[in-house]
Amino acid sequence: MAMNAEDIERMILTGIENSEVRIEDLRGDGEHYAAYVSSPSFEGMPRIQQHQMVYAALKGKMGGELHALQLHTSVKN
Amino acid sequence: MENIIEERIKKHITENDVVLYMKGTAAFPMCGFSAATVQILSQLAVPFQDFNVLEDADIRQGIKDFSNWPTIPQLYIKGEFIGGCDIVREMYETGELQEFLQEKDVPFNTTAQTA
Repeated sequence: MAMNAEDIERMILTGIENSEVRIEDLRGDGEHYAAYVSSPSFEGMPRIQQHQMVYAALKGKMGGELHALQLHTSVKN
Repeated sequence: MENIIEERIKKHITENDVVLYMKGTAAFPMCGFSAATVQILSQLAVPFQDFNVLEDADIRQGIKDFSNWPTIPQLYIKGEFIGGCDIVREMYETGELQEFLQEKDVPFNTTAQTA
């Protein structure tokens, strides 16, 4: 069961306050994406925590339906 | 059952300076992200202990619970969770990984060029 880019974008946008999200489909198989997420709420947060926030926004999909997500986080893009 | 697995993980990451929980082995990685992480560690000539989660379902799930991180690979240095492939690659490219290794006095090849 794969995921589409719009679902990933919507979940991250709703999960992380005033974030900006860009999703890149790496292989067209619905399982390998890159996500560029920026949000002021990442300010002062170690990278691991920033990534954990994105995974939390994806509510358990990461590693299940969503096999691979190359993640790039920043405070502002 | 939970804490037996947790104890195994804690023992493993304290007895080995650098541990990479991965799919496959350092010699035969079975996933692109695991392979990329092995390559970074090899380029830096960091001695590390690989752990093939494909051969241990308890650890495969247990490590994700332990670090609250949903994916493999996972890199640990001196018992500390560093991150998955993306973070290790970013730290390598910015030199942060090399700094961290130095700080924790883990031997590595300081002349390695970043990609």
